[in-house]
Amino acid sequence: MKSLIRQLVESAAPSGYEGAARDLIKELLSLPGSEMQVDALGNLIVKKGIRQPDGLRVMLAAHIDEIGFIVTHVDEHGFIRFTNIGGVRPANCIGGRVRFINGVQGVIYMDRQESADRLPPLEKLYIDVGADSPSSCPIRVGDVGVFDRPFLDLGDRLASKAMDDRIGVAVLIEVFRQMGQSPHEAVFVFSTQEEVGLRGATTAAYAIDPDLGISVDVTMTGDTPKALKMEVSLGKGPAIKVRDGGMLSDPRIVQMMVDAAVRAGIPYQLEVLEAGTTDARAMQLTRAGVPAGCVSIPCRYVHSQSEMVSLQDVENAVRLLVELLNQPLKLTR
Amino acid sequence: MMSVSPGTPTVNIGLLERLTNAIAVSGDEREVRSIVLEEVQSIAEDMRIDALGNVLVTRRAKTSPFLKVMVAAHMDEVGFMIVDEDEGGLYRFAVVGGMDSRLLPGKAVLVGKDHLPGVIGARPIHLSESSDLERAIPVDSLRIDLGTGGAGKAQPGDRAGFATRFQQSGPSLIAKALDNRLGVAALIELVKNPLDHIELQAAFTVQEEIGLRGAGVAAYAMNPDRAIVIDSTPAFDLPVWDAAENYQYNTRLGAGPAIYTADAGTLSDPRLVSHLIETAEAEGIPYQLRQPGGGGTDAGAIHRQRAGIPTVSLSVPGRYAHTPILLARVSDWQNTLALVYHALRRLHPSLLTAERS
Repeated sequence: MKSLIRQLVESAAPSGYEGAARDLIKELLSLPGSEMQVDALGNLIVKKGIRQPDGLRVMLAAHIDEIGFIVTHVDEHGFIRFTNIGGVRPANCIGGRVRFINGVQGVIYMDRQESADRLPPLEKLYIDVGADSPSSCPIRVGDVGVFDRPFLDLGDRLASKAMDDRIGVAVLIEVFRQMGQSPHEAVFVFSTQEEVGLRGATTAAYAIDPDLGISVDVTMTGDTPKALKMEVSLGKGPAIKVRDGGMLSDPRIVQMMVDAAVRAGIPYQLEVLEAGTTDARAMQLTRAGVPAGCVSIPCRYVHSQSEMVSLQDVENAVRLLVELLNQPLKLTR
Repeated sequence: MMSVSPGTPTVNIGLLERLTNAIAVSGDEREVRSIVLEEVQSIAEDMRIDALGNVLVTRRAKTSPFLKVMVAAHMDEVGFMIVDEDEGGLYRFAVVGGMDSRLLPGKAVLVGKDHLPGVIGARPIHLSESSDLERAIPVDSLRIDLGTGGAGKAQPGDRAGFATRFQQSGPSLIAKALDNRLGVAALIELVKNPLDHIELQAAFTVQEEIGLRGAGVAAYAMNPDRAIVIDSTPAFDLPVWDAAENYQYNTRLGAGPAIYTADAGTLSDPRLVSHLIETAEAEGIPYQLRQPGGGGTDAGAIHRQRAGIPTVSLSVPGRYAHTPILLARVSDWQNTLALVYHALRRLHPSLLTAERS
């Protein structure tokens, strides 16, 4: 699974420009008989299974976009000013490197600081691609890029840019491959533009009109020095989301996930996240409303160039979802 | 003025004058709506006013296959709403839409459907302490003064707009509400100049300035194949105090229509961005890319409707947006109209079959 993860995290696909990740996933999933569709916003939608009388249409979403950069100006000396796509913070940028989707690489640095105690805002940062004038600069306004950082294998712990949410994509690819005889019609959505407001999942959920929705995304942890208080740690199992900043999971789905974990002897944690949200919110609020939940992969250093997960948690998330989908799911009150 | 290639519709300055002198603060767009209706109702194959007050106009295609393309421009403007009368023609008011309250004292306004003249009062400099001058006056402390004869003349809920009158000065247009009457006037010309292979769904939208409310329901109802939004965006192309290079100008006057790649609400469809750029280059129409960043247009609501609608925005650059008086160029406005017209003319169903990048 490590090589799958490596391939996924090393593709460059900022929100709105997910073509590279989508093409890779298509290639990874190209099994005979799988029906694939790309919609207006670039979501990749793949169906598996036929709904049996005791089955549901289950939408499973993991987002293929990552946070990144978009160019606002190339100055007279060839330095590039930029703004964020999604939650990019200055502290995670300075001294880092960028890869534009046209292949150009560069270094991020900052204007001279008036005071060393305060972090500069993004407007005071720039990208240096080695150009010395606008005409020698291979980049123009509107070009987009992402962090450029190779995959790091620390044994069980894996670190990279874009673990958020290629790790969720890796989980869904494995679930797609391992799903056995399921009573459900599973609709896998590799969604776009999550980092800028769940936009891809919003329109995909409308089109699919599922009976039940589950997202797979990363969540923060409380297990690092002076971390925020949070009962999620790396390595203690996938986190079953109870709530986050944008959604209260359907309690029936939380229970189904807990039951599946217990049945299969899979470690799990319950997640209560104070901030952030996932594609599950978009599914929950589409049309007349859809019961929704989320399986989270605990992840340290979210939105940095070195987001860290535990491979065990990832593998257990796959097992949990396969166990869940292979059984009938009753949505009675 | 600039040369215009044959067949290109031209902007109508007289119509723009009427549109900018009309007052259409968000939620009460009647004055602009009635001008729009007057201009388009005799030529549209289908026209209706929806529940929120959007004017939805269809020009049917005459050939097949055709694309349904929504072109949207918002009719509303930022302004004020009367909250209550204090006494003797002094009215408390709320700001409608995004405005810097430092700009308000001392400005002439027109209140209600009869356009009663009033002024947002200010403390005269003679009576101000130096400490008063260091702080903005909060809107709560400001009043619209209709004069002693104005007692009882305005009601809570009445809208008020700036009293600025339209002027043309050589290549420049100076008026209130150029955001977005420039777009409305351009869209009227598009309705008047239909293309055989496009079903044009013209949406003159309401309540954009308070959260893209009209455009969302309009796009849901029209359910187009593609959407193009015409709006107005700030140009802040002014010198920087220390003579350094200004790299936060948003757009520049005179550089042509500003094409959006990204704003706070939308990542424009890259296929449509390329189509606009290719059209501009092929037709010799100047264009610029708006600096990606905050702000937004009706596209933010439109592209998320139903199963998703590929959408792009372009704006006429204008200095001093959301103040009593804006300044724009006739050439940028004409080039915006020309770019949308030729982009539609060159739009073929087969052109956008490739997946979004």
